[in-house]
Amino acid sequence: MLAIILAADAASGAEKAAFPPFETWHFPSQVFWLVVLFGSLYFVLSRFILPSIGNTLERRESSIASDLDEAARLNDEAQDAQKSVEVSIAKAHAKARETADKARAKIDAQIAAETAKVDAEVDKKLAEAETRISALRADAMKNVESIAGDAAQSVLGKFGSKAAKADVSSAVKSVLAKG
Amino acid sequence: MTLFFHGAADPMKQFEVKTWFELPPVFGYDISFTNAAGFMLLGVVLCIALFGYAASRGKIVPNRLQSIGEIGYGFVADMIRGTAGEEGLRFFPFVFTLFFFILAANLIGMSPYAFTTTSHIIVTGMLALLVISIVVIFGLWKNGLKFFGLFAPSLGDMPILGKMVIYAILIPIEIISFIARPLTLSLRLFANMLAGHILLKLFAGFAVTGITAGGIGLLVAPLAFGMGVALNALEFLVAGLQAYVFAILTCVYLNDALHPSH
Repeated sequence: MLAIILAADAASGAEKAAFPPFETWHFPSQVFWLVVLFGSLYFVLSRFILPSIGNTLERRESSIASDLDEAARLNDEAQDAQKSVEVSIAKAHAKARETADKARAKIDAQIAAETAKVDAEVDKKLAEAETRISALRADAMKNVESIAGDAAQSVLGKFGSKAAKADVSSAVKSVLAKG
Repeated sequence: MTLFFHGAADPMKQFEVKTWFELPPVFGYDISFTNAAGFMLLGVVLCIALFGYAASRGKIVPNRLQSIGEIGYGFVADMIRGTAGEEGLRFFPFVFTLFFFILAANLIGMSPYAFTTTSHIIVTGMLALLVISIVVIFGLWKNGLKFFGLFAPSLGDMPILGKMVIYAILIPIEIISFIARPLTLSLRLFANMLAGHILLKLFAGFAVTGITAGGIGLLVAPLAFGMGVALNALEFLVAGLQAYVFAILTCVYLNDALHPSH
């Protein structure tokens, strides 16, 4: 393997110079073209290209910085707006509570007035009803007296004794008064 | 057929410089347009295309390609800031060009049949010399003679005799290490690219010759091929890493020119 390579090297290397980088015939040409090409690359880069790229980078940096400033400013504004919204919400809450309280008080007063009115009417009706009831009761008691007197007289009649109607009714009255 | 494989199996063949267009010599020097120059031109064109697109689009909200260009910009800028500080940014275009020039060359070299311009010592050597020249010239221009304080770091409170002894040892070391910088800078990149590509070629060659040779070669070929695939991944890492190392060392050396006292 190695022998093949070495043989090939020996065969091809025999008629050639051993080491191209150390040959000197091409040095002037290499130096000349290096100077020309390196020089022109330097010229083009330093004169035109690099300042332009640097300029772009600077512009980008400043635009990013100004965008950040703008964002911070807008953020502040938004926070201020939020604060003012919160304040106005609190105000609205307070106002709503006040209105509700007022309405409640008014309604309470109305309710009290109505209740009083209705109570008075009810009392009146109750009193009327009571007088009617007591009148009815008195009537009813009278009827009871006469029924009891009749009953007592007929009972006495069954026992064969007669009594004056007035006596019987006075006796019934006294019993009922006790009863 | 065998001839083709013999040629392809030679791991040095990929580094050969071939003339594409003959050009008239300048001051007696041959400056013909070679494959090395061609692939270098390709790298430069790709760099300009990518970053030119990113620059010309220039939207606040980038698309992917623009984002890639801008990430490259930020990457190099951060690298310089991290090693040489804000003042180092005056060298930003230079370091940027250096990094992406080398990165493009390394990555183009990963393509089969492509020529790796950074696998030639003359190219990496010239780049390293350029870096060191800038460091020395800028260092002297900015700091004057204080630049040589680089070789004599301050030692704080210490008896004068002790200082002299330490400086006698330290200064030569510092000078040697400074002189070694362009050498190590260029050799590191050159050797990495060269060795990586030779290894790739060797394992690929083993796979091909293994198959053509038959017999036990048929067993070796898949192993060699797998190794070649794994090395390919490693070489992509090396391509990026070496460009990064070259650029960051440039930043470190520039930092010395900007702030010579240790």
